[in-house]
Amino acid sequence: MAAETLFEKIWNEHVVYQQPDGPALLYIDLHLVHEVTSPQAFEALRDAGRKVRSPDRTFSTLDHDVPTINQLGPIADPDARLQVEAMRKNCRDFGLRLFDLGSHEQGIVHVIGPQLGITQPGLTIVCGDSHTATHGALGALAFGIGTSEVEHVLGTQCLWQNKPTSFEVRIEGRLGPGVASKDLILGIIGRIGISGGTGTVIEYRGSAIEALSIEERLTLCNMSIEGGARAGMVAADQKTVDYLRGRRYAPAGKDFDRAAERWLSRYRTDEGARFDRRVAFDGASFAPQVTWGTNPGMVTDVTGRVPDPASFTDAAQRESAERALKYMALKPGTPIVEIPIDRVFIGSCTNSRLTDLKLAAETIRGRKVAKSVSAMVVPGSWQVKDEAEKLGIDKLFKDAGFEWREAGCSMCLAMNGDMLQPGERCASTSNRNFEGRQGAGGRTHLVSPAMAAAAAVAGHFVDIRDWARN
Amino acid sequence: MQPFVKVNGVVAPLDRVNVDTDQIIPKQFLKAVVRTGLSKGLFFDWRKDPDFVINRPRYREAKILVARANFGCGSSREHAPWALADFGFRAVIAPSFADIFRNNSLKNGFLPVILKEEEVEAIFRAIESHEEPYELTIDLTKQTVSDGAGWSARFEIGEFQKKCLLEGLDDVGLTLMHDKEIAAYEAAHPAPYRF
Repeated sequence: MAAETLFEKIWNEHVVYQQPDGPALLYIDLHLVHEVTSPQAFEALRDAGRKVRSPDRTFSTLDHDVPTINQLGPIADPDARLQVEAMRKNCRDFGLRLFDLGSHEQGIVHVIGPQLGITQPGLTIVCGDSHTATHGALGALAFGIGTSEVEHVLGTQCLWQNKPTSFEVRIEGRLGPGVASKDLILGIIGRIGISGGTGTVIEYRGSAIEALSIEERLTLCNMSIEGGARAGMVAADQKTVDYLRGRRYAPAGKDFDRAAERWLSRYRTDEGARFDRRVAFDGASFAPQVTWGTNPGMVTDVTGRVPDPASFTDAAQRESAERALKYMALKPGTPIVEIPIDRVFIGSCTNSRLTDLKLAAETIRGRKVAKSVSAMVVPGSWQVKDEAEKLGIDKLFKDAGFEWREAGCSMCLAMNGDMLQPGERCASTSNRNFEGRQGAGGRTHLVSPAMAAAAAVAGHFVDIRDWARN
Repeated sequence: MQPFVKVNGVVAPLDRVNVDTDQIIPKQFLKAVVRTGLSKGLFFDWRKDPDFVINRPRYREAKILVARANFGCGSSREHAPWALADFGFRAVIAPSFADIFRNNSLKNGFLPVILKEEEVEAIFRAIESHEEPYELTIDLTKQTVSDGAGWSARFEIGEFQKKCLLEGLDDVGLTLMHDKEIAAYEAAHPAPYRF
């Protein structure tokens, strides 16, 4: 048999029907559903008198517009309440499993999938959310879809898809001290551009990737979409197996051993397999990153400065940098570490797992949030919250002056009322710094959890590599 | 789905790269539980500028939007093509689109037309040099964009997608014709979860 990439293996296994010279009908093993992109899909199913084809491959949660304070109380925003109630009704009517508010299993859809062992190597996974790429960290093919496609998967458990091309992003060597997987992915996006991965599925490979923990790989794959890619993935290895063993919905006992054997023998790229495109970077070449503009590709090293738009040779890029600096109220040439901040957000499907919270908490141990800064931590799930509290991490944050919230997407997209005020500048561990993303007129700088925590204390960005010496 | 065969109309210029779906329709409009009425959220923040393209009377009736590369990047929200369509647009022309936006558009009879950079540039220039609103015709059957004054360009689209758009085919219905193959796959691959 010809050598295949990890992506091709999973793709080929799931083709139910191939349209001659057209898209493939791809079987979907796992459909994750949340309240914001699904109501219209359920309504369409209802109108057509259709059922959900595979309730046992469909898992729902509430995350995008749920409150992070007093979550079990009444939801004040009537529109959000309506969506939450619609999700509950849709799950009841169609017989779907819902991780409802108050359930220990509730949380951000891309945090709970892996955590509950629903995300597994070799699966095709979709969700009406572009950050579905996250799940690829466990050797799955996972990508975001729109509401019409949500309806299609609910009704048929399949999707028509044109086969993306394959893109190897190879990182050899070691990441430097203080350089997180968030810095790695921001750095990769800075180098390939925000449409550099359009039409592709990225496989992250190389010794620097193998050295990452599963939670670090989740952060890495999460932002594949910010590089334009449909999906990002990392081959299954022993870490994947160890991570999944004992998780709530993963196979158990002999079933697990059999599954693990298959994951390890099957879900990696064969020697000699061909990628449509490849890039390679040295792991040691990445520094802690801070975005300065209004898309994730507008990023630089923490040691750098806000660029001068005149330095861009391409007219469109130049104009776009000018617009970005105007929106961000930044002057060309300003050292990144001299940019003062007003708010800090630690959370989101990118950086709200236990590893992230631990790193941030260690950074602020025994220190206080600057007087000029208001800072919050939003754990990605109730399980993360509970585990963190067992370790006393909540106390570290609270003692330092951070707010310790309940699980949800929160200020990553600011749908639930957690938002920036116009003109406020935020160091955020989330994934998008688009205009108004965290609140109309708000200014977002994307950073790693440790960098966000350090900025909260200092009141401006700092190079986390100097932090220990402070 | 509304079929797309041939559309003629005024072209509105949005001379920006990387227009993300957060700009096309911001989060506060995602709390809708229906697909209609979303034009009120279209470019909500940019629209606060009275000179913004869709505020200008000459573009009120525009049917085609032209923009720069990587249109529709970011969030998977299908509210983006819904809002554009609700405003009256039937197509967007750009040198490239983000994948999910492109897929979402095609499911709604809303056509993302990919033209070469220089062809898109020619459209921007033509809009500028015309005193009257500049009109284009997009003919999906012939896969052409033309202005009736001699300028035309050809675009590519997959045969399957083209057929679905021309006939307004319902995807789900089409897929259920393959029920046998799906059922066979399911029988061989039980759900890998422990309940």
